[in-house]
Amino acid sequence: MAERTLALPDRLRRVTDDTLGRHLLAGLVGAVVVVLLLSFLGGFRVSQLASFSYLAIAAAGLTVLTGLNGQLSLGHGAFMAIGAYTTAVLQRTELGLPLVVVLVAAVLVAGAVGVVVGLAAARLHGPYIAGATLALAIAVPGLAIFWRDLLGGEQGLTVPLPDVPAWFADAVFFLTATDPSSSRYVAYLAGLALVAVLVLLANVARSRTGRRWQAVRDDEVAAQLAGIDLGRARVLAFVVSAACAGLAGGFMAFVVRLTAPSGFTLTLSLTLLTAIVLGGLGSLTGALIGAGLLTFLPQVVTSVGGDVGLSDVQSAELAPLVYGLVMVLVILLAPGGLVGTIRLKRAERAARRAAAAGATASTGAPTSADERTRAASGTGATTGPEDPQHDAPPSTERKRSS
Amino acid sequence: MLDVRDLTTTYGAVRALDGVTFTAPQGRITAVLGANGAGKTTLLRTLSGLVPAASGSARLGDTDLLTTPAEEMTRAGLAHVPEGRGVIAQLTVEENLRLGALGARGGGRKADLDRVTDLFPVLGERRHQVAHTLSGGERQMLVIARALLADPAILLLDEPSLGLAPRIVTQIFDLLRGLVDDDGLTVVLVEQNARSALSISDVGLVLDLGKVVVHDDAAVLVDDATLRHAYLGF
Amino acid sequence: MQQLTTTLLTGLTLGAVFSAFALALVMIWRSTRIVNFAQAPMAMVTTYVALVLIDAGASYWVGFVAALLSGFVLGAVIERVVVRHVEGKAELNAVILTLGLFIVLHAAAALVFGSRFRSFPAPFGVRGLTVGDSTIPLTGFGIFTLVSVLVVMGLLVALFRGTDIGLRMRAAAFGPEVARLLGVKVGRMLTLGWALASVVGSLSGLLIAGGGLVHPGYMDSVVVYGFVAAVLGGLESPGGAVVGGLSLGLTLSVVSGYVGSEVVPLAALLVLVVVLLVRPGGLFSTVHERRV
Repeated sequence: MAERTLALPDRLRRVTDDTLGRHLLAGLVGAVVVVLLLSFLGGFRVSQLASFSYLAIAAAGLTVLTGLNGQLSLGHGAFMAIGAYTTAVLQRTELGLPLVVVLVAAVLVAGAVGVVVGLAAARLHGPYIAGATLALAIAVPGLAIFWRDLLGGEQGLTVPLPDVPAWFADAVFFLTATDPSSSRYVAYLAGLALVAVLVLLANVARSRTGRRWQAVRDDEVAAQLAGIDLGRARVLAFVVSAACAGLAGGFMAFVVRLTAPSGFTLTLSLTLLTAIVLGGLGSLTGALIGAGLLTFLPQVVTSVGGDVGLSDVQSAELAPLVYGLVMVLVILLAPGGLVGTIRLKRAERAARRAAAAGATASTGAPTSADERTRAASGTGATTGPEDPQHDAPPSTERKRSS
Repeated sequence: MLDVRDLTTTYGAVRALDGVTFTAPQGRITAVLGANGAGKTTLLRTLSGLVPAASGSARLGDTDLLTTPAEEMTRAGLAHVPEGRGVIAQLTVEENLRLGALGARGGGRKADLDRVTDLFPVLGERRHQVAHTLSGGERQMLVIARALLADPAILLLDEPSLGLAPRIVTQIFDLLRGLVDDDGLTVVLVEQNARSALSISDVGLVLDLGKVVVHDDAAVLVDDATLRHAYLGF
Repeated sequence: MQQLTTTLLTGLTLGAVFSAFALALVMIWRSTRIVNFAQAPMAMVTTYVALVLIDAGASYWVGFVAALLSGFVLGAVIERVVVRHVEGKAELNAVILTLGLFIVLHAAAALVFGSRFRSFPAPFGVRGLTVGDSTIPLTGFGIFTLVSVLVVMGLLVALFRGTDIGLRMRAAAFGPEVARLLGVKVGRMLTLGWALASVVGSLSGLLIAGGGLVHPGYMDSVVVYGFVAAVLGGLESPGGAVVGGLSLGLTLSVVSGYVGSEVVPLAALLVLVVVLLVRPGGLFSTVHERRV
C-alpha cells in the first residue's frame, strides 16, 4: 500500500533497478548451480549439460530475434557453423591461443556475417526473411566442401581439446578432490557462458534497445514515427542474435570435437526454432525450457520407442516427430508457447481475482489487463489482425453517440 | 419482400444493431441512412450472412436469411454489393461478370451478359481489360452489373456513391431507379449521401447507434427539417 | 562447346523442375498468403508412395499416378485439418506451422520408409541420345521432364483461364469475401488449391527423384531453389514462377559446371538476396507497389 503512494518516476526507477538486480541475482544463482552440477555429476551428464548449454545459448539469441524483433531466422544453424569452423580452424593452428580468445573470435566472425545477412534481412518481410535464411542454412555447409583444404571437406575438422588451465584444475580439485578433464572444463565454460548470455539478453530486452526492437516488431509505422531507425534496430537485433549463435557454435565444436558439414544441416536450424516455439517466442525462460526438452527428451522418447519394438534407427526419428507435432499443436492451440500460456493463465486468474474484489478492482484491473496483453503479444505477434471490414470499431461508435 | 424483426448484432460487448425492425417492400428502394458507425454496414453484413446475428429474424420471402450461409445468398435471391467497390481487381471485366452469373439462381445464362453490357455499354467496351484499370465509376457499374447477373430478388448496396463525381452518382442512381421501376427489383441502399439517396428512394430508414429512429416514406423524411438536421446533415 | 551445351541442357531440365516447384509455392501463396515450406517433404512423401509401389512390382506409371493422387489427398488434408486454422492470422505463425509440418513429415517418412538412400527408377534412359556418331547430352528422361512440366502447366492454364471452377478458385484467392457473396464456396476452393499445388509439387519430386537416389531429405534444397525461383517471378505470378525457375536452373547449372556443385546453394542465396534488394517485386514485375 505504501508503494502506491510513491510518485510515478520513483516507482519506475525502482522497478528498473529491481529488474537489473533480479537478473544479476538470478545470474549468480545460475552460476552457482552450474558449478555445483558440473562438479558432482558423472561424465555423461556433464557432456549432456554442455550440449544443453550451447543449444540454449543459440536458442536464447534466436528467441530475442524472432520473438522480440519479429524476424524469423531459419539460418541460425549456419551461424553456428561459422562459429564452429572459426573455432576449429583457430584451435588447430600452432598458435596455442587461449580458449577465450578462440571463442571471442567465433563470436566476432559470426557477428560480422550477421551484419551482412542482417542488412539484407532488414529490408525483407516475414516469409522472405524465412526463405533467405533458409537458403543460408543450406548454402553455408557447402562452403566447407568448397574450401576443402582449409575446412576439411565432407570429413570435417577434428577439434583438439583445450588445455585445462592450472588455476581451474586447482579450483576443481579443491571442490571435488578430482582432476578435471578438459571436457569438464569446456562444460563449465559453456554453462557459465550461458548464464552470462542470459543475464545480458534479459537486460537488453528490458532496456531501451529491447523496447525499440519490440516497437519495430509490433508496428513499423508507429515505431518510425517515434523516431526509431527501423533498419538499425533490425540489424542490431540480427547481429546480437548471430553472435550468440556463433558462441554456441564455438562451444559445439569443443563438445562434439568434430566440425563437419553434416552437423549443420537444415535440421539444426529447425531444431533451434522448435526450441523457442515450444518454450514460447520471445521468452528467455522459454528458450531454456525448449533447449532442455531438446537435450533430454530424445533419450526418453528413444527408449520408449525401443520398448514398443522399434529399431534403434526408427526410435531415433521419434524425437523429431514428437517435436514437430508439438510445434504444430503449440501454434494451433497455444501460440504463446509454454511460458506465454502460463503467463496468460496467471493474468486471467489475476483479472478474475481483481474483478471479484469489487471496489478495489478499479486499481487492480489495469495492471492485470496490461500483463495479459504483454503475455499475449510479448510472444511474437501471435494474434491475427482484426477483421478490417467491420462497419466501425466499437470505440468510434460510442464516441459518435455523445 | 424483406422482413426484419428485432435484429441484434454484437461485436463483443457492443451492440452494433440493437433490435432493428423494418420491412423493405418489393419493387421499392429503401434508403438506410445515418451517421458513420450507426450500424448501416453491419445491417447489410448481417443480412447477407457475413456477420452472425445475435438474435432476431430476417426473412426474404420464405427464406430465413439468418440460417443461410453467405455463399448461398445469391441462390436465395439476395445480392450484396459491399462497400468500397468489391471488384476483384486481378480478374478481367468479363471474368468478374461471369463470376456474377455463376452464382445465379438459374445457373446463369449467356444472354444475360449481353443484357448488362447493353445496360452498361462501357463494360462491353472494356470486357477484356483487367478490372484494376477501371475508373471508380466504372468499377461501381461493374459491381452492380455483376450483382444483377445473379438475377437477384433483392439488391443490397453499400455506399455506391462513395468517392464518385456527382454526375456519375446521378447516372448510377437513375439507372437503379430504372431497374426498380421496369424489372420490379427490390433495393436496400445504404448511403451517407442522404439527399441524393432519398431523391430516388421510396422509403427511408434512419439508424442511430444500432437502433431505428425513423422509418417512413422518403418524402416525409425530406420534408422534416428537424430530422434532416439531427440525422441526415442536409 | 560440348560442356556448354551439356550445362545448358541440364540447366533447362533442372529449371523445368524448379518451375514446377515454384508454381506450387505460388499457387498456395496467392490463395492463402502462406509460403508452404512443407511442400518439399510433402513431395518427398508422395515420391516414397510411388517407390513402395514400384518396389512391390507395380510399373513406373502406376507409381507415378499414385504419387500424384496421394499428393492431391495430402495437400487437401493438410489444408483442411491444419493450415485452415492459421489462414489470415499472423504470418509468423503460418511460417512456423509449415516448418513444424516439415519436421513431422521428415521424421514420419524416416520412421516409415527408413532414412537410407534408395534408388528411384526412371521410365526413360538417363544417357544422352545418340544421333549419328555424336552424343547429344539430352536424355530421354530429360525430354520427359520438360514435356511433363509443359503439359502440367498447360493443364493449369486451361483450368484457371478456361473453366468455371478455375474462375471460382482465382476469385476465392483474390477476393475471398466478395467471392463468398457471389456464391463461391471459398473454403472448398482453398482446399482444392492446396490439393492441386501439392500435385504439382509431387510431380517435381518425382522428376528430381527419377534415375537418382531418394531419402527423407532429398527435396530439402529444392524448396530453397523453388522459393528463389518463385521470388524471381514475384511470388504472385505463375508465369513469373516458370520463367524464374528456368533462369535459375540455367544459372545454377552454369555455376555448378564452371565453379563447383558445392557453391550452388550459395549462388542461389546470392541470386535471391540481389533480387530482393534490387527488385523486391521480382524480376518480371511491371507494376511495383500494386497492393492497396
